[in-house]
Amino acid sequence: MSEIAIRAQGLCKCFGETQALAGVDFEVPRGKVLGVLGPNGAGKTTAVRILTTLLAPDEGEAWVGGHHVGRDAHRVRELIGLTGQYASVDERLTGRENLLLIARLLGQSRAQARARADELLGLFGLTDAGGRAVRGFSGGMRRRLDLAASLVGHPSVLFLDEPTTGLDPRARQDLWQLIRGLVAEGVTVLLTTQYLEEADALADRIVLIDHGRVIAAGTADELKAKVGARSLVLLAAEEDQVAQLAALLTEITGRAPLVEGRRLSVPTSDPSLLRVLVRRLDEAGLVVDELALRSASLDDVFMTMTGRPVAESA
Amino acid sequence: MSSGGGAGLLDGLRQTATLAWRSLLQIRHNPWEIGDFSIQPVLFLLLFMFVFGGAIAGSTSEYLRFMLPGVIVMNMVFVTVYVGHGLNTDLTRGVFDRFRAMPIARWAPLAGRIVADLVKQAWCILLLLVVGFLLGFRLEAPVGGLLVMMVLVLTVALAMSWIMVLVGVIARDPEHVQLFGFTAVFPVTFISNVFVPLETMPAWMQGVVGANPVSLLSDASRGLLLGGPVLVPALWSLAWALVITIVFAPLSVWALNRRLARG
Repeated sequence: MSEIAIRAQGLCKCFGETQALAGVDFEVPRGKVLGVLGPNGAGKTTAVRILTTLLAPDEGEAWVGGHHVGRDAHRVRELIGLTGQYASVDERLTGRENLLLIARLLGQSRAQARARADELLGLFGLTDAGGRAVRGFSGGMRRRLDLAASLVGHPSVLFLDEPTTGLDPRARQDLWQLIRGLVAEGVTVLLTTQYLEEADALADRIVLIDHGRVIAAGTADELKAKVGARSLVLLAAEEDQVAQLAALLTEITGRAPLVEGRRLSVPTSDPSLLRVLVRRLDEAGLVVDELALRSASLDDVFMTMTGRPVAESA
Repeated sequence: MSSGGGAGLLDGLRQTATLAWRSLLQIRHNPWEIGDFSIQPVLFLLLFMFVFGGAIAGSTSEYLRFMLPGVIVMNMVFVTVYVGHGLNTDLTRGVFDRFRAMPIARWAPLAGRIVADLVKQAWCILLLLVVGFLLGFRLEAPVGGLLVMMVLVLTVALAMSWIMVLVGVIARDPEHVQLFGFTAVFPVTFISNVFVPLETMPAWMQGVVGANPVSLLSDASRGLLLGGPVLVPALWSLAWALVITIVFAPLSVWALNRRLARG
């Protein structure tokens, strides 16, 4: 396999009038994790569907493991595992039967299939639930089974399309741990997510997608550096002071802050602004519940690049 | 979508068998489904036999003799709806995508569905024959006729499955498949000679009922189980099967590819 595990070049895709992808390029070196980050409808799933041979692009080309996704689709399918945005396991079978089905389809013998199914059930903490119909699984169990199902054939490239959407924080942490384990074994991962925290926690590199275009790319630190290394964050004591505080922050930093309820944040590269801010708050007689200068988050990056927070466009 | 090489024919057949096994395995965890396509036809049989038998044919046993071959055909048409229902469930739940992203023959998921459905069909025919036998139905033609009847009914079932594949591809969700499927199936099966002889209907209706593939296949089945003319209704049934396949198989595959290309 070549050193570049996944390569997308100028991918375009329209569905009727809607342009889902408008020229997307990226590369994922072998054994690395790429986080594709963006709000709902940004084109993340369309990109995954093209790379996993489920959809033909209108323009552009893509290769997985050195094989062209259109011309060598079968070879690509032999390399990949896909965990979709919606758990694509059969609800009417048991967890174990789902894994057996996939193993048998991949040409494993009955004995091999049974061994692989039991191994994966154990690895994903589903041994006890393996004999029950998937219909009765919790969301977290279902996602774990879905991930297990995509690993039956020992894929070297794994596509995870919003693997933790809708999961509670505990189940999300569990799944992250499993994904880290796979990466440690050398699996290349492309992960889409709308959670900035998730991309930050798992990805070596991140591409930010919005309206079908890559608007920024780099490591999490590089992206944060683009915006300013730090953020000024403050929590207004009173709801009706938020507008006044926002105006003050804009005046000091030259940037409109991101406002979420009583919380305001604005990226900055100048630590001395904190001192200025404290003085101006004092002069204006404003009281805040919290005031901090912290490392910039990917929220700040997205806000700076698009002019709106991730959650707002979801 | 291009295939780019792909699995060989033997691999494809093996994968089809595995996927058919999966569809049948589903029944084990959803026992109500076997009730759906097993209890319902038996109920129909008993209901019509004991409620209408005396009025229509003079006696329940005489009516059973007339009706059983037709009920087998009618139930076959009903069971085809399950192909559409199962396919639509796979499409809407993302199971179909998982299969498509695997290195298996492109046609295996659809073929697996259809093969599993033929197994269900064969089960239903045998079940109705056994129940009919217990109620007093007896073969009046050579046993070979029974086998030919099964092959003939399954052949037409295969053709009619393509109509339900199309419904399964077009429908938004599995509930709509059932609604749409059964709405179409009811008039087709009842405006036929399954329950009532053709001669008792008004003249204008006889033309429609006589040309209905359900009537033709029922007539062929009666001939094969009880003796009587077989060749003409059997050939007409096969002609229907051929026309339905020629029209609906390409249409279904086209619609499926279109739905998949929508993302």
